[in-house]
Amino acid sequence: MNLCADLMTMLPELILAVGAMALLLAGAIGGEKTAPLISWGAILLLLAAGVASVMGQDATAFHNAFVSDGFSRFAKLLILGGAALSILLAEEYFARLNLSRFELPVLMVIASLGMMLMVSSSSFLALYMGLELQSLALYVLASFNRDNLRSTEAGLKYFVLGALSSGMLLYGISLIYGFTGSIEFNAIASVTTADGAGLGVIFGIVFLIAGLAFKVSAVPFHMWTPDVYEGAPTPVTAYFATAAKVAALCLFLRAILTPFPDLIHQWRQIIIFISVLSMALGAIAAIGQTNIKRLMAYSSIGHMGYALLGLAAGTTLGVRGVLIYLAVYVATNIGVFACIQAMRRGGKAVEDISDLSGLARTDLKLAVLFAMLFLSLAGLPPLAGFVGKFYIFLAAIQAGLIWPSVIGVLASTIGLVYYLRLTAIMFFNEPAPALDKGRAFGSTAIMLVSGAVTLVLLVAPSPLINAADAAARSLFP
Amino acid sequence: MSLPILSLCTFVPLLGALAILLMPKAENARWIALGTTGIVFALSLVMWSQFDNANPGFQLVEKMNWLGGGISYHMGVDGISMLFVVLTAGLMPFCILASWETIETRVAEYMIAFLVLETMMIGVFCALDLVLFYVLFEAGLIPMFLIIGVWGGKRRVYASFKFFLYTFIGSVLMLLAIMSMYWFTGTTDIVALLDNPNFPPQMQTWLWLAFFASFAVKMPMWPVHTWLPDAHVEAPTAGSVILAGILLKMGGYGFLRFSLPMFPVATEMFAPLVFSMSIIAIIYTSLVALAQEDMKKLIAYSSVAHMGFVTMGIFTLNHQGVEGGIFQMLSHGVVSGALFLCVGVVYDRIHTREIAAYGGLVNRMPLYAACFMVFTMANVGLPGTSGFIGEFLTMLGAYVHNSWIAIFAATGVILSAAYALFLYRRIIFGALVKPSLKTIQDLTPREVILLAPLVIITIGLGIYPKPVFDVTTPAVAKLINDNKAALALHHAPKVAIVQKEAAQ
Repeated sequence: MNLCADLMTMLPELILAVGAMALLLAGAIGGEKTAPLISWGAILLLLAAGVASVMGQDATAFHNAFVSDGFSRFAKLLILGGAALSILLAEEYFARLNLSRFELPVLMVIASLGMMLMVSSSSFLALYMGLELQSLALYVLASFNRDNLRSTEAGLKYFVLGALSSGMLLYGISLIYGFTGSIEFNAIASVTTADGAGLGVIFGIVFLIAGLAFKVSAVPFHMWTPDVYEGAPTPVTAYFATAAKVAALCLFLRAILTPFPDLIHQWRQIIIFISVLSMALGAIAAIGQTNIKRLMAYSSIGHMGYALLGLAAGTTLGVRGVLIYLAVYVATNIGVFACIQAMRRGGKAVEDISDLSGLARTDLKLAVLFAMLFLSLAGLPPLAGFVGKFYIFLAAIQAGLIWPSVIGVLASTIGLVYYLRLTAIMFFNEPAPALDKGRAFGSTAIMLVSGAVTLVLLVAPSPLINAADAAARSLFP
Repeated sequence: MSLPILSLCTFVPLLGALAILLMPKAENARWIALGTTGIVFALSLVMWSQFDNANPGFQLVEKMNWLGGGISYHMGVDGISMLFVVLTAGLMPFCILASWETIETRVAEYMIAFLVLETMMIGVFCALDLVLFYVLFEAGLIPMFLIIGVWGGKRRVYASFKFFLYTFIGSVLMLLAIMSMYWFTGTTDIVALLDNPNFPPQMQTWLWLAFFASFAVKMPMWPVHTWLPDAHVEAPTAGSVILAGILLKMGGYGFLRFSLPMFPVATEMFAPLVFSMSIIAIIYTSLVALAQEDMKKLIAYSSVAHMGFVTMGIFTLNHQGVEGGIFQMLSHGVVSGALFLCVGVVYDRIHTREIAAYGGLVNRMPLYAACFMVFTMANVGLPGTSGFIGEFLTMLGAYVHNSWIAIFAATGVILSAAYALFLYRRIIFGALVKPSLKTIQDLTPREVILLAPLVIITIGLGIYPKPVFDVTTPAVAKLINDNKAALALHHAPKVAIVQKEAAQ
């Protein structure tokens, strides 16, 4: 084992770790007025880490605790992309509130570092370390708007419930360790293959899944999501909905598929159960929402349900489906949050769905974009969301999960109701007072890119599909 | 490789929409939309001229790599689909013209929605890949949703949601069926699937039901027809024309393209179900139409009844029935579209669709009365109009198949005469006593341009339907022969076993 080679393997993480410290120092010395500069510095760091990830080779480090493969690189790019765009949104958001603080981008970089460790971990200890690094940063981010009651509440709630779920996860890990004698994924895989599954391991898997389901906010561990989404500042919510979800789900994939490939019949039922429940609850509960961020929370619960269906398939195709789904999901969601951030009236942010009333008459461009992104989330062709859903269901059908798929498409019909309702409110209703015009460069760029991806992905999806395919293959030796 | 004429037909409207996006003034939008739809119509006629009637297979084929793994961008037309492309392209300029003055708000957006819709509709009829078909089939919902919801009547929001959700829930099941077909055969290429339709009978049953869920809603068949009257009543005139003229035909086209040739065993098994539903649709919705107070609703219910003839004809699986079904769809596309235009004409003047608000229009609008009469008679199925050919052939086909079906269906013809003539009498004849009608004007030149070609087509096809049958006959013959062959193969082993046992 060569320390130098090990460190080179995790070069992207090192860039983020060292860079975050440097930014923190710079911020501490320079004071609050350096905040915009530090934001841009953070974005550059994330870009550098992205480049380093792309150039990375397949390798393992630190006695197989850390792995860099196609799967982790795909996930890292999504995480870094989501994080960079969220910082861009945050810069604008807090500048408008005169609340710019240099800690925010630094915290986001640190959280991203945790996420990258999560998707690269191949032992339960590394997994837990990455997860906690991410979570602690996210708790602070959720309550970043600290004079705001709801934001503080969101942070506290997230912390208490997150700690509970970490406890469950740890308990599950300890059971698995106790009954297999290892914390390393591949070693566990070989043990469970040889011995079949003891009851203890199954118990461990159940707790593991419960803990992970909490992180991806799958039903029945979803209760924290709406409150946190609603309470957290909008760009932070965007960060939760994009990067954090990608990291948690990719971690979920690896932590289930690599150590327990032969126990698929045991864990598959659980995954199907939470997947179907998430799809249904996400669709039904969103219908009654009046706050758009809360609605997006339920929407994300539903989306995690679809993604988990790909995991339930348990095949390369399933993983490919999840990765395509996540890529589309990140691209669409970041655009939606840029649009939500553009909802301001008289200088104040508004978040009610009724504020969108008749938007098509007052601001047609924003309304069209909003509607397009929503309908893409609903999975309507020819928008990008369809590509994601298509590959998920394709994999599920191939794996013989007919009934979960039928429930899934029916849930997507129910989900369509609220996406259509938003569209209808914007296009059919009488206009509410106009929203503020004038958007900063960053969010305009995000909207345009997100809208373009949504519109044309179906015309030329092959690059994404091929990349996801290669990434998915690397997860299965 | 010559000009990719089908892709041109499909995507030129999108270019038009883009042009409107760049020049969004109302006047520009109208002319660009009219010009674009005109070009597309011309292109579709070029396509017809290039079409080889004698060839029963797919022609003007284009194929490109798309999603990979057996899913490609594959376009082509055969005798069944070609005329629907022409019908779509032909009706669109009428829709634009019909909206010329009546749509005053958000004209650019309206025209864009229509042009996008045209792309999707033409694409549906040209698509030779199941995924491509599905994408276009579903994508057409969004513009139609907006057309009903933004420019519709009082209950437009309700109607647009109902339209969207009904259609969507049917099609998502079809999507799952497409996926299982993909995993069974490794391709979603329609040509490949048509050449080799050997799904096991059990699987065919499920696939057939999933496709049926989609097409029965789209058609619409009783009892899932209830979205149609709402959508028709609330949609603007041109929206109703497209809905009745094209969108409903996608259901019948789907049966012909997928259900019959790909799942022959299931089709045979479920045919009695389809016949029962068709007969209920014909009789029940005709009776419902008789009781309507709203002109558009009456025509909407009559559409459901006419579509009942189509499904009945298609599932007889003989030449007369299937060709009659296709002809009925084409004829109904023109006639019901024209009827909705006629309703639009008086609606623009009086702003009500209530039948009771009219009466004696013949006194002040003789030209209108004459046009309306032609279409009413075609709707009834009077010999000499295009409506007769389709209805007669479908009933002939049904009679060959099972005379009881034809007997029940024939009562629908009587009922259709009853409601159509009743409608005509209440609107056109009688004394002109309503004060609001005293100053009503006859057709404007724009409206004459709108209705005259449709009158000519209606009567022309009624007298000389051969151009249509020239196109459809070879493809229908192939469809029926393939179906017979598949069924023979399915029944053959059993027959052989029975014979063997008898010999022993």
